[in-house]
Amino acid sequence: MIKDIPSFVAGSARLVLRGNRWYFAWMAFLGVLIVWGVTAWLQQLDQGLIVSNMRDQVSWAYYIGNFTFLVGVAAAAVMLVIPAYIYNWKPIKEIAIFGELLAISAIVMCMLFVLVDMGRPDRVWHLLPLVGSLNLPSSLLGWDVLVLNLYFVLNLVIVAHLLYTAYHRRPYSPRFVVPLLLFSIPAAVGIHTVTAFVYAGVAARPFWNSAILAPRFLASAFCSGPAVLLILFQILRRTTSIEIKNEAIWKIAELMAYAMFLNLFLFGAEIFREYYSATHHLIHTQYLFSGVHGHNALVPFAWASLIASVIAFLLFLIPATRRNLVTLNLGCLLIYSGVFIEKGIALVIPGMTPDTLGEFYEYVPTLTEVRIGAGIFAIGFLIFTVLCKIAIPILQESDEPASDDVPQTEVALP
Amino acid sequence: MSDADRGRATHGDGLERSVDRRALLISTGLTAMAAVSASVAGASTGFIERLLRTRFTELSPERKAEILADLEREYGERYARKVMVADTPPMDGVEFAYGLDIARCVGCRRCVYACVHENNQSRDPQIHWIRVLRMEKERGIELAESTAYYEPELVPEPDAFYLPVACQQCRNPACVKVCPVKATWKEPDGIVVIDPDWCIGCRCCMSACPYGARHFNWSEPTISSEELNPNTHYLGNRPRPKGVVEKCTFCIHRVREGRYPACVEICPVGARKFGNLLDENSEMRYLLREKRVFVLKEELNTQPRFYYFYAT
Repeated sequence: MIKDIPSFVAGSARLVLRGNRWYFAWMAFLGVLIVWGVTAWLQQLDQGLIVSNMRDQVSWAYYIGNFTFLVGVAAAAVMLVIPAYIYNWKPIKEIAIFGELLAISAIVMCMLFVLVDMGRPDRVWHLLPLVGSLNLPSSLLGWDVLVLNLYFVLNLVIVAHLLYTAYHRRPYSPRFVVPLLLFSIPAAVGIHTVTAFVYAGVAARPFWNSAILAPRFLASAFCSGPAVLLILFQILRRTTSIEIKNEAIWKIAELMAYAMFLNLFLFGAEIFREYYSATHHLIHTQYLFSGVHGHNALVPFAWASLIASVIAFLLFLIPATRRNLVTLNLGCLLIYSGVFIEKGIALVIPGMTPDTLGEFYEYVPTLTEVRIGAGIFAIGFLIFTVLCKIAIPILQESDEPASDDVPQTEVALP
Repeated sequence: MSDADRGRATHGDGLERSVDRRALLISTGLTAMAAVSASVAGASTGFIERLLRTRFTELSPERKAEILADLEREYGERYARKVMVADTPPMDGVEFAYGLDIARCVGCRRCVYACVHENNQSRDPQIHWIRVLRMEKERGIELAESTAYYEPELVPEPDAFYLPVACQQCRNPACVKVCPVKATWKEPDGIVVIDPDWCIGCRCCMSACPYGARHFNWSEPTISSEELNPNTHYLGNRPRPKGVVEKCTFCIHRVREGRYPACVEICPVGARKFGNLLDENSEMRYLLREKRVFVLKEELNTQPRFYYFYAT
């Protein structure tokens, strides 16, 4: 078993280095973005976070917003694991592994966004359990570090086992993998809940200090992650022999419609409370949707996000548009951008505008922040591409009638 | 560097040569690594040593003394003058509290700048631990309508009153609760402090503080050598590095030696009071007994040690 590892690693490396023109063009594009981002980060390391537009008034912004959004994307796996393993629905079971690959890539991006937001990245080890001085149980960010690492390791182990066994055309071990898969469901809920609690636990920021923040996080996460996957599935079935049934895509889209309904409903409940009671706390919501005292940088984003989410909900709700691939893909794009704005921009920034003493500092990211963000997304996409590049041929081969004597039914992947 | 020096010093003794050689190798290795990383990160020597240090509160008295001496040497070189770094402990039977008479405050902001000078805040970019908010008399205390950027010819303005806000030194500090690495804590005398050598700069505490009392070093702080206050405390006004959070400590280096905070001393109208809550005869106890006080954002249950009152 152990001696097979080098051949698995070498085989994977061969798969990554092989590809057509489009593959290398894509990788080169990501490489350029990464260099663009890393050079910006080096500049930030040298000069400090002054190169961002964050200041004492708005002390968390674009980086932490992206982190929050990507914690949501990492949930995609659950949207596939639940139907596949709780309801044993075969069409999704065959493709659930891509959810885990996406989760791994998203968590790496999350960690990078936290790292670039830190004033002292050289002291990141203070956050490590046992080695550092993690402030448990009282710090929610401390808990977030724990659950994110747990979820990351969990998905890494599952994916490594599935690919490793498939590579060697052996059946995967259900006794090993299925409990881990089932455990990844509460772990995914955990990363979202804890991340929401980082905000919801802050009594000083009424815009975040809401009991339904965690449910809202879960609901929006269950739309944004699968939106990436639905598009990926269509690319995969065009370019590879991996079979992805329409039923699987439609079923995921239907689940996304329910999640989006819940998201919009919870949003409406929040909006009602804010505007009807109209306390001083309303000012953050007003800043977001209508602007206050001429400060209105976020207004177009807020409305774009809301409109995109409503249209996407309708497209996914109506069976005819859900089953039409054009409107389905449009819906995916709308959901992805809608939730990206909602979590990445419209949560963190208005929560801090105005600040706790009533001052308006209007934040917009600098080019350096955008470059660093683009670099991190490029790293995430690079990891996802590499993982898919390894996984797809292995899955294809293990699906074909095996050359050795392992029966095909046993090698079929989850 | 000090590890390397120790390695060399013991090497000549001839006792347990193998151990010494190992120590020397390790320390030489560390020094080499430090040199490499220092050149990479542009940091000073001792970078690795500082990188791998444990929390200040967990250090032995000897190690603390070494670190304080190192800091004094480093600051002495950087500012070309003698700098003292103390770690004066809290006094027994002392719990500090602060009183601010809103009726007297004229909004002159002398406290703001006295604090900047006393506590070595960065001059560029400017960091102010005290924010004086201008309120309209007709509205009363309303943070949402207040401003810290008032520039009249003369203060006080007829239709305004002023509310200075700094760290409220909460008994129940939200900032301490959220810190993921225990880099900030409440001292026995009630002062909430930060270890600038342990803070990771995640700024959770700044999100959690309801009073905007925590400030971040967005870039390398700048103070000229002449303007530096050389009497410093490890947990207070010693020069801070970039990328960490800082805050008011009631002038920890002064009050633990029985002096008033700088803002109390400078206030031209005597609006600022300070004292020991555990001393029956202190100014603060008198104030709490004889005046009617309130705290900011009492609904958040932060339980500040910073009391506001209207004396007239």
